[in-house]
Amino acid sequence: MFATKALRKFLTCLTSRDAPVLLDLGPVVGTNVSFFGEQFGCKIFIEDVFADLNRHVREGRLDALPEFLRKRFPQPGGSVDGILCWDLIDYLNRPAAQELANELSRVLRPDGALLGFFGTAQPRDMHYTKFVIVDDVNLKHRPYPAAQGRQAILLNRDIIKLFPNLRVSDSFLLQNNLREILFRKPA
Amino acid sequence: MEKDIVNIGKSVVIKGELNGSEDLTIEGHVEGTIQLKEHVLTIGPNGRIKAQVFAKAVIVLGEVTGNVTASDKVDIRDNGSVEGDIVAPRVAIAEGAHFRGSVDMQRKGVAPQPQAAKPAQAQAPAAVVPQPQAQQAPVQAPGAPQRVGA
Repeated sequence: MFATKALRKFLTCLTSRDAPVLLDLGPVVGTNVSFFGEQFGCKIFIEDVFADLNRHVREGRLDALPEFLRKRFPQPGGSVDGILCWDLIDYLNRPAAQELANELSRVLRPDGALLGFFGTAQPRDMHYTKFVIVDDVNLKHRPYPAAQGRQAILLNRDIIKLFPNLRVSDSFLLQNNLREILFRKPA
Repeated sequence: MEKDIVNIGKSVVIKGELNGSEDLTIEGHVEGTIQLKEHVLTIGPNGRIKAQVFAKAVIVLGEVTGNVTASDKVDIRDNGSVEGDIVAPRVAIAEGAHFRGSVDMQRKGVAPQPQAAKPAQAQAPAAVVPQPQAQQAPVQAPGAPQRVGA
């Protein structure tokens, strides 16, 4: 369990809209669905990109991942109020990360928010993490097997360069060395 | 009084529209549309559904491909799988379930027609420290010493 500063701010962005649309890039977590659906009235799209990454690694088609991600999201441009990116970008190579960032910037509506987590150290173990929302200030980690470990750790300036159309609203460094960055799309 | 529950067995394949006014458990294959007004539809572990589903409650232990609309609850159990959009006021998704699509837990009542908890308490939080320049382009090398407070 660890504290999160950014989630509450992310929720504030969501609650400024009626029936906000949320895009969750991680595997489905039932309690998260209940949290956003029941408490905030969100319409939630689950798009498990970690599963897509696993499939591409297993099939030896990582080179095709950027192109896949470019066509991955059916949501119209500017239609999503909030995006939970979790720590997905840490696991992608640079071209795939850039394609993903471009697509997320496209689907996010003006004034929408994107929450991303970024590691600060290269872990040896191969696992992804399910982030389970306990409440608006606490998350739980639930590791599960990954086909590929984290790629090169990104500097903050590299992260910012991935999202040229978004601005950093808030950034937090947690005691567990996780960086939380909340992006907003300028209105 | 004992409640009637109808079963569609593993070897049964149905293509078309399935309507009913009692609870139903499907272990076979159904393609098309399933409508169970005011009743519970259970997709058993062997059930394979490619259909639009409308019911009071839907419990999924097998596989569903298609949109699911329930006026009460959709419950995807461990090893259950749904690929499609869910509309229901309550949705429960178990840890080992597979889901791809959207969830709309609209609060108003949802008629089963073609168009229609708070999690556990926290322990003590870890310390959190904002990076300098948090409002604009914070830059800190990952290897740099961290200023983490108590």
